[in-house]
Amino acid sequence: MQEVCPLTTETDSLIAERRESIVTSGKHKTSISCTSDSLAGSVSQRACVFCGARVVLNPVTDAVHLVHGPIGCASYTYDIRGSLSSGTETYRKSFSTDMKERDVIFGGEKKLAACIDELVEKYNPPAIFVYSTCVVGMIGDDIVAVCREASQAYDIDVIPVESSGFISGNKVVGYRAAGEALYKLITPKDGEFVDKTRKLNFLGEYNLGGEKWVVERYLKEMGIEINVAMTGDATVEALKKSSGSFLNLVQCTGSMHWLANRMEEDFSIPYIDINFFGADNTAESLRKIAEFYDDPEITARTEALINREIAAVREVNEKYRKKLAGKRAAIYVGGAFKAFAIIRQLQDLGMEIVLTGTQTGKKEEYERMGRLLSEGTVIIDDANPAEIEKFLIEKKVDVMAGGVKERFLAYKLGVGFIDHNHDRKDGLIGFEGAVRFIREVHATTCSPVWKYLREERGGTE
Amino acid sequence: MPDSNHTSSNRTDTAKQVNENQCHMCMPLGGVIAFKGVEGSMALVHGSQGCSTYMRLTNVEHYHEPIDVASSSLNEKQTIYGGEKNLKKALDNVRRVYNPKVIGILTTCLTETMGEDLNRIIASYKAEKGEIYTDIIPVSTPSYDKSHTEGFWTATRDIIAHYARKDIAYHRKINVIVPHISTADIKAIKLILDTWGVDYTLLPDYSMTLDRPFAGKYAKIPEGGTSTADIAEMSGGLVTIQFGLTCEESISPGHYLEENFGVPLINLPLPIGIGNTDMFMDALARITGKTMPKNLGYERGWLIDAMADSHKYNASARPAIYGEPELVYAYASLCLENGSVPSVIASGSVHSRLAPALDRLLEESDCDEMPVILEGADFSMIEAAALETGANIAIGHSGGRLLTENHDIRIVRAGFPIHDREGGQRILSAGYAGTLTFLDRFTNTLLEKKHSSYRELRKQELLSKIAAVTETGFTTE
Repeated sequence: MQEVCPLTTETDSLIAERRESIVTSGKHKTSISCTSDSLAGSVSQRACVFCGARVVLNPVTDAVHLVHGPIGCASYTYDIRGSLSSGTETYRKSFSTDMKERDVIFGGEKKLAACIDELVEKYNPPAIFVYSTCVVGMIGDDIVAVCREASQAYDIDVIPVESSGFISGNKVVGYRAAGEALYKLITPKDGEFVDKTRKLNFLGEYNLGGEKWVVERYLKEMGIEINVAMTGDATVEALKKSSGSFLNLVQCTGSMHWLANRMEEDFSIPYIDINFFGADNTAESLRKIAEFYDDPEITARTEALINREIAAVREVNEKYRKKLAGKRAAIYVGGAFKAFAIIRQLQDLGMEIVLTGTQTGKKEEYERMGRLLSEGTVIIDDANPAEIEKFLIEKKVDVMAGGVKERFLAYKLGVGFIDHNHDRKDGLIGFEGAVRFIREVHATTCSPVWKYLREERGGTE
Repeated sequence: MPDSNHTSSNRTDTAKQVNENQCHMCMPLGGVIAFKGVEGSMALVHGSQGCSTYMRLTNVEHYHEPIDVASSSLNEKQTIYGGEKNLKKALDNVRRVYNPKVIGILTTCLTETMGEDLNRIIASYKAEKGEIYTDIIPVSTPSYDKSHTEGFWTATRDIIAHYARKDIAYHRKINVIVPHISTADIKAIKLILDTWGVDYTLLPDYSMTLDRPFAGKYAKIPEGGTSTADIAEMSGGLVTIQFGLTCEESISPGHYLEENFGVPLINLPLPIGIGNTDMFMDALARITGKTMPKNLGYERGWLIDAMADSHKYNASARPAIYGEPELVYAYASLCLENGSVPSVIASGSVHSRLAPALDRLLEESDCDEMPVILEGADFSMIEAAALETGANIAIGHSGGRLLTENHDIRIVRAGFPIHDREGGQRILSAGYAGTLTFLDRFTNTLLEKKHSSYRELRKQELLSKIAAVTETGFTTE
């Protein structure tokens, strides 16, 4: 057989128009080009508006999530997240109006209405989210009107989500669509009254592997209760009470700032940014929350909790730091929030970050990222596989953190991989998540398999 | 006698509007996989960025390989004014980064609804660029029309049609056309053909492109796949063997070659199960005039021996079989020949010849109870039918995992996609040896469940009956 990759030498792996989306941290103050649309033909790791909206809303456990369009969009998002529920599991079902050619030609409104009727009869849900897809946006189905009629007919919330994929390839636009849908749901209707409480809402938390429950336990120990997370393990009833909360925590900044701002304006609920990924971040976030409540009892409990938990993480950190210090890491994740958390945790282990990037980061986030990193670190916005490959090799990366699509690219190059994605089954949040994270970094970076992969014995030709 | 409620007249619930938990995927996905079976090729999905990303993700999770699928990344403006500019830019960029021999352009529901004229756009692109190295093959794959199964067949036919020429001299090579099966099964079929010593072109051959041995680097376009020169030769082939019993004629690649180029078509079921594999061997014997090689005879012998060993266990199985039509047919016939009468046979596709093929198969099989046959099925239908008919095991892809989670009906995983287990691409069922590998997995799944529960179940059932006698003095049934 021939050389494994006869074509790469003839090709230019970096497309000229992508050059401004790749910078290195340090003296050169070139600003990164980001948040624009993906470049045609460049095999972006991005998805679409629908994808963004669907991942944000999908964990609402007792709602029906109905995808209005041909089969694909529903099929690709059928039970894809590791979000857990303490109650019903309606959210794990994937409903599609399964539009056919005649619906595309004559309009899909009738079919949509019939589907809503059928779902109300079968599941009697407290709310239905109706997601629009490309074709629906293209043919101009009035899903707002269909939803309004169904809402009135059944006296439940039937909420249109404006998520036609072509609106943007940037998931952030979909997060916004989801935020608007949530805003519609939580805004009290005329005559409705929501009690004010001392509870808080936890925005941008999706209860992957039960992560919301970890934080819930910490807060409970501190003497603070969560009203609802958005949207991990959320019920429609709890969401509808969210406008009476005392405080909003905002975790996944990409998806929830818009909603937090609206809630501040309309319901006078202040918000604070927190980050529970990594032990130090968790401690800082808990202190920030305690400070907000400004209650000596809460402060004392918080400090006791932190002191107890952080000692356990330190111990694990010290054990593995010996093996991991000096290893070279790459990070490519969806949003900057996640990237910050991972950078800090890996640096804590003495590892060197040599490549980082996100699908949806904003300019100021990239600038902040640059300040966290040592000189010469490559920063990429909306990377494609060719670019990731080039830098994994050039920068001699030992381990990469990212999503599913990057995992096997890393393995093909003999690079370890840390899963920090939507479909993970084990939580990485809080102190216990920090411990799990360290163990995972070690398990993959120092796995014995790489030794065999790096050995040259032939047999693959 | 067949129960009239369980015959094919009960196939679909036409009143049902919602598709709940999908059993099939969209049409361009199948096209993407077909193009992965062509040497030096790259798939480009003409539509929103999300479409190609979802298709990549689905494939990556199944094959555990880095798999690139390009997109024309249409946005709102282009959706209104036309996607020509973006598609041309995408072609430029894919050619620059990947330098592919072939670019397959798959349309989506979006671009089909926009009415994009791909032939015109490609002609204009070629006129602008002059002589280019890359062949560009458009395939129409609107997902409001058909499923990924038909997308696979349609793309395979269009790939052949792109290269087929009347002036190809007739030659002795045979054409082998496979449906969407695992890379392990493609390798198994190739090994059988090699064992017979026949000269063949297999299309689409993604056995190396979607299952790469470790090489320490990432090939942007992995080595392997059917070469375009070989594909062109297919129109002069001696005969076509197509494992496409359920493939509709209008999209059948083998039928296309027969109609337009006079290449005789032998349309067979997949060689999964002893009967179906025998049919493949018989066809090769007729074509080559040889008898079956000895080692294949041994493999057949080991299979029969194992079928005898496990037949009583298998008799207890009432499998629910679901997935793509060609695989579903093959596994149904494998089950029937082992005395495992299917409870449900279901496919998400509606555009196949599965139902009449199953009718013939079931007629020959003389089973006491007829399976429920579902076309255009989703998992709410499959689950309901499985419970109603007392299914105790299932064969199919990961989409049916709630059968296990909710009802402890264990799944012998086969088909696509398999994202919750390792090795979806390595699942072997083809040929005598492959059939045996699959049969062992099937039987052992039954046994594992039996051994994990029979003591407790028998204890509860029989002791409670004794208790009833103690209480009432009689056996109450």
